[in-house]
Amino acid sequence: MNLNICLLIALTIAALWSIMHENLIKAAIALAVTSIILTTLMFRFASPLAAVFELSVCAGLITVIFMSTISLTKPLTQTEAVAHAKERLKRFWYLPVLLAAAAVGLGLAAIPLNFTIPQAPAPANVRSVLWNERQLDLLGQVVIILAGVFGVVVLFKEKVKEKS
Amino acid sequence: MSINIAQLIRVSMVFIPLLLLAGFYCIMVSRNLIRTLIGLEILTKGVTLLIIVAGYVTGYMAVAQSFAITLIIIEVVVLAVAAGLIVNVFRHTDSLDRRNLQNLRG
Repeated sequence: MNLNICLLIALTIAALWSIMHENLIKAAIALAVTSIILTTLMFRFASPLAAVFELSVCAGLITVIFMSTISLTKPLTQTEAVAHAKERLKRFWYLPVLLAAAAVGLGLAAIPLNFTIPQAPAPANVRSVLWNERQLDLLGQVVIILAGVFGVVVLFKEKVKEKS
Repeated sequence: MSINIAQLIRVSMVFIPLLLLAGFYCIMVSRNLIRTLIGLEILTKGVTLLIIVAGYVTGYMAVAQSFAITLIIIEVVVLAVAAGLIVNVFRHTDSLDRRNLQNLRG
């Protein structure tokens, strides 16, 4: 349990770091670190398949997408970056204070735990649940992936100059 | 309910709302479009953790994992399309500031 608490604290700090850091590339790396810590938590909560998805897709693919997007956009000049960092701090310094206050408030709040959790049926295999019971989810995933592929192809397509 | 499960629920009820709050704050306050995406990612990670913890506490791990996998796939597709939109916005406006998107032109 203590390890879970340490991992949750590390997760929150990594998420805060990715939001607060002024450099976008380092913020994307911090987001990948957040995904890695979440993967570790998922493994501890007996969710290895979801953890592998989280690690490969979120820590890997999403970081690559962020790096590609950052590289395709123009970086700020030195003067612009300094001015932007100062202005940014004015808007974002509230966040750690807000999170600390929320943590204290939630920690002190009396959460009623006098309910009984119904006993779950025999543990099922994730693959059988996914392929037998959640077939509509799978169909939705296929449709969303296709929509995403076509969307990315259209959005990244460069305009072809018409031949005169 | 065992002591460990009760402790896990209490601890999760502190940290998961923190992640959701951080994600919402980043989306609302950020002016940079890429930073807004980062806030969306933090939000999704909080929801993923909530689903996994709920599955662990109730014993429905298989269903929770299938929901989490679906959520991750939706997350990555939304991010990829949003990244394409951001690149196109940058090509048209030469800026990543969301305030530059407020001038609609026919």
